[in-house]
Amino acid sequence: MSKLITIDGNTIPFEEGQTIMEAATAAGVYIPHLCHHPEFTPHGSCKLCTVKVNGRTCSACTFPAVDGQDVLNNTQELTDDRRLITQMLFVEGNHFCPSCEKTGNCQLQAVAYHLNMLDNHFPLFYPNRELDASHAEVMIDHNRCIFCTLCVRASQQKDGKDVFAISGRGLNKHLIVNAQSGLLKDTDIEATDQAAHICPTGAILIKRTAYQVPIGERIYDHQQIDQVSLASENSQHDK
Amino acid sequence: MTNKIRVATTSLAGCFGCHMSFLDIDERMLQLVEHVEFDRSPITDIEHCTNCDIGLIEGGVCNSENVHVLREFRKNCKILVAVGACAINGGLPAMRNFIPLEECLNEAYINGIGVENAQIPSDPELPLLLDKVRPIHEVVKIDYFLPGCPPSADVFWKFLTDLIDGREPSLPYELVHYD
Repeated sequence: MSKLITIDGNTIPFEEGQTIMEAATAAGVYIPHLCHHPEFTPHGSCKLCTVKVNGRTCSACTFPAVDGQDVLNNTQELTDDRRLITQMLFVEGNHFCPSCEKTGNCQLQAVAYHLNMLDNHFPLFYPNRELDASHAEVMIDHNRCIFCTLCVRASQQKDGKDVFAISGRGLNKHLIVNAQSGLLKDTDIEATDQAAHICPTGAILIKRTAYQVPIGERIYDHQQIDQVSLASENSQHDK
Repeated sequence: MTNKIRVATTSLAGCFGCHMSFLDIDERMLQLVEHVEFDRSPITDIEHCTNCDIGLIEGGVCNSENVHVLREFRKNCKILVAVGACAINGGLPAMRNFIPLEECLNEAYINGIGVENAQIPSDPELPLLLDKVRPIHEVVKIDYFLPGCPPSADVFWKFLTDLIDGREPSLPYELVHYD
């Protein structure tokens, strides 16, 4: 007999060992997320997938599904919380969408659109962060990093390299690369690595590809991230 | 006295691109002016706003004059609206926030290529620059936000017609863009 949880009152089956996120995705239920990716170990840092499990606040990407759980996902309260979390991600970095080549293809922006985020609510930090354009093919704009660690995990778990890490704590947290010089050019990253393509924001970019698709014809210009995300994550699962 | 809704508009640290986009409502402007009259705005050349229903603010706050104008709008407008990326997060002008102000001025007026009689402008008529460019919600209470660089004409139209018709303004997914 298959085991069941309910999400917003709808019964959903799950397999032993699945997280709430995995069960929801397989059942076609979108839970907003940025640091979660089905191919990698969950990290639970962006907190966008915050849900209520039997009344308790949990991260759906790390919390195991257990028979009989009552999960709340698409409620006004959680949407408001997620919008505030997204606003915090925006004000803590420098996210100037009009001058960012990732605009329209950016998951951070797409989640904000999905949550109908129209303002930043909080005062802006304007942190002074560096840009690393030393590598011939891949660049890092630290202004846009949200510390989701997807590049860290992709490099370790998929590329078999160890190019990225997070260093420091709290406000001093930052993305570092595995080279004595601290520069991307002295790492073994290549433009074909998954770590170079997985960034949900415009922090890690492939050079000379910026405007191949014009603004207005990009992924999230006409489709919401819930549909895009469910389709791509379920197709990856089927492979 | 008319019963028309009074609208004031201004551009602070902006490029007037949002105003241009507003004008892109084209012939719908004729429908709009049946319900709306413009107070202080580049469209009318009125210098100070009187009591208004709606104030549309383009651009962030980069100098002392911007602060005074923004406060004048807040004092006189029942509904104050942040229009466009710069009003909402400082936008392009805020990219100077990572360079000390003195360096910016030296680069532009002292060390810049082709500068003659190098001096930093200090006429008392000139508004003083702020240390950093700031979004307007950090200075006064803002009631609504219209994102976009610029917000499309349809955003202006949807927002203003919602207000005119007495609805709570809302923007559907396809009208929400930050670029």
